[in-house]
Amino acid sequence: MEIKCTGVAGTMESSDAMVTIEQGSGGIQLQLSSPVIHRFGNHMRSVILETLDRLGVKDAVVTVVDKGALDCTLKARVEGAAFRAAQCSEEQIPWGGAVR
Amino acid sequence: MSHPDKKRLRRSMMFLNCQKPALIKDPYIYQPDSIMLDLEDAVAENQKDAARFSLYHALREIDYRGVERVVRINGLDTPHWKEDIRVCVAGGADVIRIPKCTCGADVHTVERDVLAAEREFGREEGSTLLMAALESCYGVLNCLEICKASDRLIGVALSGGDYTRDLQTGITGTGVELTGARQHMIIAARAAGVQCFDTVFTNLGDMEGFRRETETIHMMGFDGKSLVNPRQIPIVHEIFTPKEKDIIFAEKVVQEIDSKKAQGIGVFTVDGKMIDIAFYDGAKRTLMLAKAAGVYGGNLV
Repeated sequence: MEIKCTGVAGTMESSDAMVTIEQGSGGIQLQLSSPVIHRFGNHMRSVILETLDRLGVKDAVVTVVDKGALDCTLKARVEGAAFRAAQCSEEQIPWGGAVR
Repeated sequence: MSHPDKKRLRRSMMFLNCQKPALIKDPYIYQPDSIMLDLEDAVAENQKDAARFSLYHALREIDYRGVERVVRINGLDTPHWKEDIRVCVAGGADVIRIPKCTCGADVHTVERDVLAAEREFGREEGSTLLMAALESCYGVLNCLEICKASDRLIGVALSGGDYTRDLQTGITGTGVELTGARQHMIIAARAAGVQCFDTVFTNLGDMEGFRRETETIHMMGFDGKSLVNPRQIPIVHEIFTPKEKDIIFAEKVVQEIDSKKAQGIGVFTVDGKMIDIAFYDGAKRTLMLAKAAGVYGGNLV
């Protein structure tokens, strides 16, 4: 998946996360903030990186501001931001394939 | 053969905005019969894409503990409904609610895409049920045609806000503006053998008005009501669940009709009321509803 522009998905509301994906080089640069980062930071990082890997995002600057999101929400927001950044978020989403 | 869940208990259907993770993560704690995950009016036009990702993962990963998952898709006059159907079917939604349904052809249009999606995502053909929301005078008048349009259709729901706008009136709180549509829809739904659901009651400060309206639609024969707040659920369940005295009476009616029939007796009395075969189906329905609601453990149904 090619990152063509900056993609943002999510909100700063409780139980949500705000994810921003921008063009980058030399792999994934992830910046994560969360009120539960000490307890769940490593787990959240793996959910985010696995989701990006499934989508084939290789080079990007990824910023995640977590507000207590469940894994399913975190994945949805990363996918939303990535598909928006690739300008293909509206139709023919690979449900059950790269999105799962 | 019809889907086994086509006529399941649906007293309460609670609307939830798919775009709000805090709302969709654990609504089962309020124990509605169904939740209605909304991709339509509750989701802003520029958030339709993001809401689908949330919906997909919610359907796949959250255990709603037996609560039926209905999804309201966007209207057939928008660019969104086709992808809405793909995500609903891929995610395993139980029912798709078609908004602004005006005729049987609208149901056929959705059904075609649902079937294509079931084939695309390897879901059993016919496993995705449909319901239709009637939001216009034209839709209400075509209710019977809509009810008969598909074997997947579980029922029809009145959408009072849009309907009364089309009728050139508004929600008055008296219910008078909805009387004709409600009566017409319940008759058509029963004629077609499907369920019928009432519109939302949005004045959360008027719980007495909500109770009166729920009692009215229960007496009219509706199967349940669309809801906007969990506080409304226990009131609907209380009104739509058969009372103990009704269950006891229904048991007697069924047992007496079965035994008198064998003796060649057609009409007799139970607790001082005249009873004949015409009461049989109604009594059976009371017991089935009571069993589905978990308040009857007998074996007469």
